[in-house]
Amino acid sequence: MSAARRCRPSRALAGLFVWRLRSTGVRQIPYRFVHLYHTANNRLITFQYFNFLKRMYVTQCNKDLSQRAKAKSDSIVSPFHELQQLDQEKKVVHKISPVSPVHQSWSETSSRNELREIKSAAETEDSVIPVGAESKEDRQWKEMKLRLDDLPGILARLSKIKLTALVVSTTSAGFAMAPVPFELTCFLLASLGTGLASCAANSINQFFEVPFDSNMNRTKNRPLVRGQISPLLAVCFAASCGVPGIALLTLGVNPLTGALGAFNIFLYTCCYTPLKRMSIANTWVGAVVGAIPPIMGWTAATGSLDSGALLLGGILYSWQFPHFNALSWGLREDYSRGGYCMMSVTHPGLCRRVALRHCLALIGLSTVAPVLDITTWTFPIISLPINLYISYLGFQFYRDANRSSSRKLFFCSLWHLPMLLLVMFTCKKSVLEKEDKSDLPGRSHERAMEIRLP
Amino acid sequence: PPAHSHSDWIGPPDKHSNLRPIIFYVPPEESALERRLREARQEAQASNQRFWARHNRAFRQEKEEFIYSRLKAKGLEMRDESGQKATLNAEEMADFYKDFLSKNLKKHLQYNRDWYKRNFRITFLMGQVALVKALRWLRRRKKNVEQ
Repeated sequence: MSAARRCRPSRALAGLFVWRLRSTGVRQIPYRFVHLYHTANNRLITFQYFNFLKRMYVTQCNKDLSQRAKAKSDSIVSPFHELQQLDQEKKVVHKISPVSPVHQSWSETSSRNELREIKSAAETEDSVIPVGAESKEDRQWKEMKLRLDDLPGILARLSKIKLTALVVSTTSAGFAMAPVPFELTCFLLASLGTGLASCAANSINQFFEVPFDSNMNRTKNRPLVRGQISPLLAVCFAASCGVPGIALLTLGVNPLTGALGAFNIFLYTCCYTPLKRMSIANTWVGAVVGAIPPIMGWTAATGSLDSGALLLGGILYSWQFPHFNALSWGLREDYSRGGYCMMSVTHPGLCRRVALRHCLALIGLSTVAPVLDITTWTFPIISLPINLYISYLGFQFYRDANRSSSRKLFFCSLWHLPMLLLVMFTCKKSVLEKEDKSDLPGRSHERAMEIRLP
Repeated sequence: PPAHSHSDWIGPPDKHSNLRPIIFYVPPEESALERRLREARQEAQASNQRFWARHNRAFRQEKEEFIYSRLKAKGLEMRDESGQKATLNAEEMADFYKDFLSKNLKKHLQYNRDWYKRNFRITFLMGQVALVKALRWLRRRKKNVEQ
């Protein structure tokens, strides 16, 4: 899975930390650098979004390759975590193959060195913009005029399109796990609606956070920060995505899903975003934001909020904590300076305890799944190894809480979720099986009819 | 920015505040509404710049002081034999980050409130200006069509 691919490069050390391009003597290809930097940033951002996806559930995202099944969450990746995924970097580096050997070693060593420098010294250079390819473009004055050909790219970055994609994939997972026959139109409408709502929420989030984003390394290249788009346009875009998105969900799918979508947008933009700067409770709110998209996928399929939906939401909710707490452990300096209230800065002990607690909760929730008739009993058995592994890393993080354990936990969480969802899907209790178990012949007959219908 | 330009120009991030300064274009026939918008944006820019420059400077300074005091307590000098600046590891710095965040929390809450108010006001004014411009353009087109 792409997530696994992305997670594997353990050199992802830099991923967690500030990504800086150090310009060396390779002046002859400045554009490549700029491109590398920008793509790196984009990928980093999306990857981060990916991770934060859960947090920023904007309800609609559907399953993403990596983490969630359709979930609209822009979540986490968003503002919260300014971790820069090294994997993303690596991926980018790999992509630009002709120049890559130079870039790779350069970026790795430079970022590693940079990280060390950043972490240790109170160098004043730290707060100055990183020199390098980006500075060439950055140091120039730019006209604040909107160019139509740039617009798609700008809007993609504004809506955090990759994060949105992840959220949508989480929602798809919720939809797929629902014990009803698969309907393609409903699935597509739910995915689209979730995606639109996610775009809207992400745009509003960026609209609110301009001065803070400019001060944090991960987010300082966002469109609003760079003046590529006016705030008015960002708000209009958000409205033009959000309103049709919610309308699509309410009218095209069902009112419950639409309500959940609207609630999630509200939760993300009006609760989570301001709360990030006020109290550490934002982490729990963000986890709920992340948990809602799969619930939305489920309600889109079944039209009702039953225990299966809540279980899926619960799994995603619990997953958020090891994921985010591990991530935020490496960003403490940026959070402290930027004024973000995160557990990793203010209550480090709590941060570690909560991460471990929720790793263990995942084991418990996986065991509950067959009890609620969502999956067969093979699911807790098959998922036990990966759940135990993440709990083991969670325990290491709890005990040691250093850079390496936090990174290991974080990267594990990246592949853990997609794999868990995949295993869950393969262990899904088929509707036919459930029918056999059903006592009421009438009901099973009815369900049999449902299956036969196109 | 060139003298003949008719749009705003945005520059590289400031060294202290990390914010990008904007040079606003003043059109010759600027309406009262447009002037209000421009002044609101200029004021917000100045206020943000002041806040973040001061805040970041304080952060850097306090960080240096913290490192110095900790190194002193450990009996080390600021620079080691090779001339490199001595540093503390992440766990030791964590105390500083926690302290700094809690000290500045109130300041941030106040700033957040201000920033949100300003942001909404500027965006609302932008909306008004855009609406007026659109109406004017429509009226001009109608006149051209009639002629």
